[in-house]
Amino acid sequence: MDAYEILKKLTTLDGVSGEEGPVRDFIMSQIKDHVDDLVVDNMGNLIAYKKGKGRGPKIMLDAHMDEVGLLVTQITCDGLLKFHTIGGIESRVLVGKRVRVGENGVPGIIGYKPIHLQEKNERTGAVDKKRLTIDIGAKDRQQAEDKVEIGDTVAFAYDPVEFGDNKLMAKALDDRVGCAVLIELLKGSYECDVYGCFTVQEEIGLKGAKTASFRVMPNVALILEGTTCYDVPDTKEQSMSTRCGNGPALTVMDRSVIVDRDLLNLIVDIAKSNNIPYQYKQTITGGTNAGRIQVNGTGVKVAAIAVPCRYIHTPVSVMDKNDFENMIRLSKKVLEVLPKAWEEGRLSNSDENRAINLYREQGGIEHV
Amino acid sequence: MFELIKSLTQTYGPSGNEKKVAEKIKNLLKGKVDETRTDAMGNLICVKKGSGKKIMFAAHMDEIGIIVTYIDENGFLRFGNVGGLPQLIIMGQRVRFENGTVGVIWYEENIDNMKNATLEKMYIDIGASSREEAEKMVKVGDMGIFVGETVLQNGKIISKALDDRLGCAILVETALRNVETDNEIYYVFTTQEEVGLRGAKTAAFGIVPDMALALDVCDTGDTPNCKPMSVKMGKGPTVKIKDRSVISHPEVKDRLIRAAEKANIPYQLEVSLYGGTDAGSIHITAGGIPSGGISIPTRFIHDASEMADMNDVENAVRLLCEFIKG
Repeated sequence: MDAYEILKKLTTLDGVSGEEGPVRDFIMSQIKDHVDDLVVDNMGNLIAYKKGKGRGPKIMLDAHMDEVGLLVTQITCDGLLKFHTIGGIESRVLVGKRVRVGENGVPGIIGYKPIHLQEKNERTGAVDKKRLTIDIGAKDRQQAEDKVEIGDTVAFAYDPVEFGDNKLMAKALDDRVGCAVLIELLKGSYECDVYGCFTVQEEIGLKGAKTASFRVMPNVALILEGTTCYDVPDTKEQSMSTRCGNGPALTVMDRSVIVDRDLLNLIVDIAKSNNIPYQYKQTITGGTNAGRIQVNGTGVKVAAIAVPCRYIHTPVSVMDKNDFENMIRLSKKVLEVLPKAWEEGRLSNSDENRAINLYREQGGIEHV
Repeated sequence: MFELIKSLTQTYGPSGNEKKVAEKIKNLLKGKVDETRTDAMGNLICVKKGSGKKIMFAAHMDEIGIIVTYIDENGFLRFGNVGGLPQLIIMGQRVRFENGTVGVIWYEENIDNMKNATLEKMYIDIGASSREEAEKMVKVGDMGIFVGETVLQNGKIISKALDDRLGCAILVETALRNVETDNEIYYVFTTQEEVGLRGAKTAAFGIVPDMALALDVCDTGDTPNCKPMSVKMGKGPTVKIKDRSVISHPEVKDRLIRAAEKANIPYQLEVSLYGGTDAGSIHITAGGIPSGGISIPTRFIHDASEMADMNDVENAVRLLCEFIKG
C-alpha cells in the first residue's frame, strides 16, 4: 500500500480518545518491518524506535491516533442511547449522522424529530446535544443492552471518498493524516535516531504526548497534524487560518505553544530551497501536542507541520492530496537536513545532552 | 539601578523571542557567576557554585505583545494576543517590531458598542500602502511589543515591561552584590511565562533545586475604586502567600519573613486572586520543589505604562541577599 492508500485505510478505523486500539494495531502491522524497536506504553502510545548513524539530535515525531467522538452515558427505556461528546464537537454537526458504537461497531444514527413535528422556535437554533440520542434500532432497553454498554465510545461512520480536484473527504483526517505521514517517514532511513510516536488522547487535553515525550526525552520534536482550514464561505479573509491546496501549514503560535524560531526558520529554508509549497497557519487558536512536548524534561525544540483540513471535528473533513504529498516531502527533507544543521549549531542549543543525562541519573531508560 | 531597569525594559522580548534580553543579561553577569547555560526553551541559567542548599531564583524575560496573523491588500495588519491583553486599553497604543518597525493599533470604526471591539475588529497601521510594501517591513508570525518610555519621577518608575524586567533587574543586581554564602544559587531568567509559565518548567527540571522563589510583579489595592487588596505600592516588596498558580510553601514563606525581620526590611504579605507566576510551574516539577515568591507591587500591569516604587525594588534586592545567607 502506498501512503495515500494507507491514509484512506486509516480513516475507516475507529479510535475515539481512549479507545485507539484498532488504529494502533493497523499502524503496528504497517511499520513493524521498518523499525528497530516497538513498544506500547501504559497510556497506549505506540513508540517506534529507528536507530540512526549516530549523528545529530534525538528526534521525536508525533502524530495522534485518536479522533473526536461520543461516549454512551445512558440507555433509555426505549432503547435509545444518550451520550457525551469526547473532544471538541458542536451539536450543530451531529443531527442525522451515521455512527458506529462500541468495539463491535454497532451501526446507529443520531436522530431528531423531523421538521413536521418541530415547534417553530425549534427550527431556528441548533438542538442541544443533551436532547439528542443515538438510535441503534433496538426495540427497548433490554435489546439495546445486548449490543452496547454504557461507556462504549461512538465514532462517525463515513467511508473515504475521492472527489473533485484531488480532494479527499473522510472522517478523522485529524489526525490520521499525521499518522499516515509518520508511517511513510518510518520507512526511510536517517542519520539521527528517530522515535515515531503515535500518541493517544490528544483531543481531550494532549495527554498521551506527555508520557511519550517523557519516555523518549527528545532534543527536537516534529508534530505532524491535520489543522483547521477556513477557505470556506462566510469567513473573512483575515480570519482564514489555512487554505486547502496551498501546501503544508506551519504553526508559529497557538494556545498551547510558541514554536522554536530557529527550527521554524530552518523548515522554511528547506521548503524554499526544495521548491515545496508551504503556508503559515494564520490564526493562533487551537492546540497541539507541541505544547505538551516542548516543556518536557529540560525543554524540546518543537515545530508543527499540518495538512489543512476543511470541516475539521465534524463527521467528514476534506483535504487536498497535494498537501499530503508535500507534507511528506517537506518532513522527509527536514529529517535529512537536521543532523547537519544541529551540528552546525543552527538550533543554538548549548547543552543538548543534559536532559538525557539527567533522565538517566534519575533512573530513566536509554531506548524504548 | 534605574539605568539597569531602563536598559532591560526597553529591550525587545515578547514570549518566545527573549534572545536579546538574555544576551543583555549574560553580558551584565559575565565573570560574576561560575557557570552560564541556556536550555532548549531559551532559559538563561546562571550558577554561583556552592556546597550548601540549591536555591533557584526565577524572573521571566518575556513580555506581553501581539503577533501578526494576516496582512491585507491595503497593508493593514491583523493580529492576535501574546499573553493577556486588556482589549480596551490597547487601542491607540504604539507597537514596535524587532526590526524597529512601528505601528498604531486602531479599530474598525463601525463598531456601535466598544464592548464589541474584540481583537478581531482591530488592526495595526504601519503606514504601508499595499500588501507588498507591508511585507517588506513585517511578515505573518512576527511579534510586536508595546512602546512605553522608561521614566523616573518622585521615586516611582513608569515604563512598559516592568512585568517582569523588574524581576530580572533585581536578580542581576543581587548576583552583582555577590553575598557570601555556602549555598548554590541559580539565577534563572525564564522564557514564555506570559503564555503559561512554560520556560520555568524545563528550567526547574534541569536544576531540581531544594527551594525556589519567583521574582515578579503583583497588583496593588491603592488606586481609586480598585479591587480590594492589601498590597500597596511603596510599602515594601511582598512575601507571596498565594496567587492563582501556587500556594507558597510554609518554610519558604517563613524563611523570607525571618530574613526581612532580621535585616529590618519592610515587607507586605501578598494574597493575589488573579495572575500566576513561575512558582506555579516550579513547585510541581520533578518530585515537588518548595517554592514561594517575592513581588514588586505594580500598578497598571500589562499596560504600556506600568508603575512601581524604586524603594520596593531596592528592598527586594536586600531581602534576596538576606534570604541567600539563610
